[in-house]
Amino acid sequence: MANIVEIRDLSKQYMRTKALDNVDLNIKQGRIVGILGPNGSGKTSLMKIIAGILRQTRGEILIDGLVPGPATKAIVSYLPDRNFLYRWMKIDDAINFFKDFYEDFDEGKADELLSFMNLDRGMKIDALSKGMHEKLNLTLVLSRKAKLYVLDEPIAGVDPVARDQILDAIIKNYNNNSTMIITTHLVRDIESVFDEVIFLKEGVVILQGNAEELREEKGMQIDSLYKEIFG
Amino acid sequence: MNFNNNLPIYIQIMDHIKKQIASGELKGGVKLDSVRELSTKLKVNPNTIQRTYQELEREELVFTQRGMGTFVTEDEEMILKIRKDMASSLVNTFIREMKDLGYGLDDIIEIINERLRGD
Repeated sequence: MANIVEIRDLSKQYMRTKALDNVDLNIKQGRIVGILGPNGSGKTSLMKIIAGILRQTRGEILIDGLVPGPATKAIVSYLPDRNFLYRWMKIDDAINFFKDFYEDFDEGKADELLSFMNLDRGMKIDALSKGMHEKLNLTLVLSRKAKLYVLDEPIAGVDPVARDQILDAIIKNYNNNSTMIITTHLVRDIESVFDEVIFLKEGVVILQGNAEELREEKGMQIDSLYKEIFG
Repeated sequence: MNFNNNLPIYIQIMDHIKKQIASGELKGGVKLDSVRELSTKLKVNPNTIQRTYQELEREELVFTQRGMGTFVTEDEEMILKIRKDMASSLVNTFIREMKDLGYGLDDIIEIINERLRGD
């Protein structure tokens, strides 16, 4: 299968801080890929570069064969690790905002996901709990018919019920034509969803592979492997 | 379902389904959940469920009918066989651990007899 993301010798430097250091990665189409690492390991920088909203300092990245730009943004649906909606909005406004902004936004799907998440269009963004916020953000991002979904910490800080709904939504909306890249430091809750995992430590890819093969080879779950690597 | 031991997830799900077949909870000829249904139910990657079903099919415990789904084997002997296999693997583990504790075979039999009479 073709690579949806190809990254060569990619580095990102902020003043003196190296966020990413010579990263090499290929991500195949149709996979759910977990990028694992503690806070500050470079996950968010990598996600932003893939999403096309941050430029690398050195190296090369291709999304579906293209250098990041308007054409790749049209096929990449990005969930940032913080809120991106205006506080004065209602959910209905947020839906319309996305509909205006993205050609591939599927309003029917958004309504389906909203009801699955127990949210409704009349709710005010300002009044949403943390878990509801995450559920709304994910609803918006998954309602695009994108080739690549880039989800930065979709389950951080949400309660177990909301987390399960988020995982369900991710699995239900996955299909072989799309690819999902998901960052997390909460490995245990989500590891069974991944095809592949990539361990990022201080900006360097220190281990990557098929999740089931790693479990077999290392004789442990990915969560235990994570604790061994970062603990 | 908790995936907390050291095995790949597809093997853990296989064992779970085998147990259901052996115990009769899943009867011969019954249709299994679709890949997507089970994937959502267990919150496991659909490719992992696919693999689980493929391996079960390779062991001839389930069969797939194109466009219809995956079904439990109707071969009664096969079902008896996994039941027996699972029982003997439990017994083997038990005997090994008892030996590790220093029990001889006669002691083990005696302990079991006592327990069975007690119940």
